[in-house]
Amino acid sequence: MAHSRLWRCAATAMLMMLAWNTVADGAESKIAPLDVTQIAPGVFVHFGRIALMNRENVGAIANVGFIVGTESVAVIDTGGSVREGRELRAAIRAHTNKPVRYVIDTHMHPDHVFGNAAFVGIGAEFVGHANLPRAMATHGPHYLESFRESMGSALMDEVRIVPPTITVSGTLDLDLGDRRLVLQAWPTAHSDNDLTVLDVASATLFAGDLLFVGHVPVIDGSILGWLKDLDGLGAVAAQRVVPGHGPLVTDWPHGMSDERRYLNCLVDELRAAIRGGVPMAQAVKSACAAESDRWALFPEYNIRNATAAFAELEWE
Amino acid sequence: MHIMARTLCMAAGLAMLAAAGSANAVESANEPWPSLAASLFKDRPLLDGTGVIAIEMPARAEDAAIVPMTLRRTLAASDGRTVKAITVVIDENPSPVAAVFSFGDKANVSALSTRVRVNSYTDVHAVAELSDGHLYVVKTYVKAAGGCSAPAVKDAAEANAGLGEMRFRVFPAAAKAESAPREAQIMIRHPNNSGLQMDQITHLYIPAFFVDDLEVWQGDELVVGMKGGISIAQNPSLRFTFVPNGANFRVEATDTEKHAFKGSWPAAGM
Repeated sequence: MAHSRLWRCAATAMLMMLAWNTVADGAESKIAPLDVTQIAPGVFVHFGRIALMNRENVGAIANVGFIVGTESVAVIDTGGSVREGRELRAAIRAHTNKPVRYVIDTHMHPDHVFGNAAFVGIGAEFVGHANLPRAMATHGPHYLESFRESMGSALMDEVRIVPPTITVSGTLDLDLGDRRLVLQAWPTAHSDNDLTVLDVASATLFAGDLLFVGHVPVIDGSILGWLKDLDGLGAVAAQRVVPGHGPLVTDWPHGMSDERRYLNCLVDELRAAIRGGVPMAQAVKSACAAESDRWALFPEYNIRNATAAFAELEWE
Repeated sequence: MHIMARTLCMAAGLAMLAAAGSANAVESANEPWPSLAASLFKDRPLLDGTGVIAIEMPARAEDAAIVPMTLRRTLAASDGRTVKAITVVIDENPSPVAAVFSFGDKANVSALSTRVRVNSYTDVHAVAELSDGHLYVVKTYVKAAGGCSAPAVKDAAEANAGLGEMRFRVFPAAAKAESAPREAQIMIRHPNNSGLQMDQITHLYIPAFFVDDLEVWQGDELVVGMKGGISIAQNPSLRFTFVPNGANFRVEATDTEKHAFKGSWPAAGM
């Protein structure tokens, strides 16, 4: 008797699961799950391609992931398109039936948040830096427009700017059930809304774009602020660190040394150029040429970085 | 005479800025330049500016919020005319008139660099008004910045810090001669916020807030003036050549919220 009730209960649960899948995840069921790697128990990462966002890679160039507790799941970044976001949901469903309770945006950039819309309407809270709402407001409309060229309308038409429902100043603890995440909002560095996520149980740090490995760092905040934040970031006791772009880092804080060297190079060379009266347009062309062979996408971003750094360092 | 010319120039500049706003509002999806030009210059003929002025910008805007731009006077020394003003129009920007630069009669400014915002793929036109009243136009084409570069302020919380602080610098002379041209740079700390965006915290549109007027003087002689719009980058910077007259420098600026900023510096050392 007890047996049959148990069976009925299980059957009901299975039916509910099926219903959930067809109603809530209707679109998802046809979608191939994103390829993810379990880098620690309950910690999964999709390592994005080192590339610019385009139609072919559906914007899947950033590292995105999820962490599974005994009660719920936290997603860390949703990818560069709603399609990638749906594939990430499919990957989550392939590994757990626990609900997604938090969607954490590490910062405003399109390759990290364009997938947000795939997680709307499932009861999840969106979590971001206290500056994220403003950054989305001031940058979002431009992103929606400017990525049409490289991504195409089919991908871009469904992208929505989804602002956070929970914002973080300083630190915030989230509990996934026997699993504590420590979120930390950083002063302006890569952007003015960088947020990191530390999974205490596995000592895994999701650094967002405060850490680039292999992919040349991109400055959209403050180069001096970034160098300062690296000191604090290096002090985090992490056994492994997931960069925003590039492979997993297991030698922390040594794993940030390339990034630090590149940023210091820009600071040193551009300070010298400013002191010597070299005009911006000229100084940025040749800045840190010695670094060019050490990074992917160097031609795409180095002049931009040097320009932003020059404009900042001029006011020291 | 100077004062009158200056007042006229200011009035013209303001009219241009106002006209640009309305021109943009009725813009068609096609080439914006013909109607922009008609609206800004009242159908006065625009002659080919090759050999009069030149505009230099990178082929691609690397950082959309900080795109260097240089204007050069290429008019032959034998030409008796002078360049009175240059209007810079970034055709595809939300407010196309980036700035109207005016030049003093005696400072002999032959090159001027600043930084602008570039929103998308666009022609950039520079229209020079010469002392004989003729208009000459040159243009360049700038590809939009790739990736996640937006024409917005990078550190929004810090952008208002030190509002109006000025830095002025005269670069060391290349030649010893007293009359040799020199080069100087004025920078003013200002968010030069382009506005137009919805603030998701207050649900209000952030008003545009920018330096709309800046003048550099040597004593009583105007070196260069700028009527600026929202396409001028955060922390406006002007770098220019000039001929020293031995007088002290004075810079006066105002922004759209009527703040007045002033600074003075000793004469360029010979």
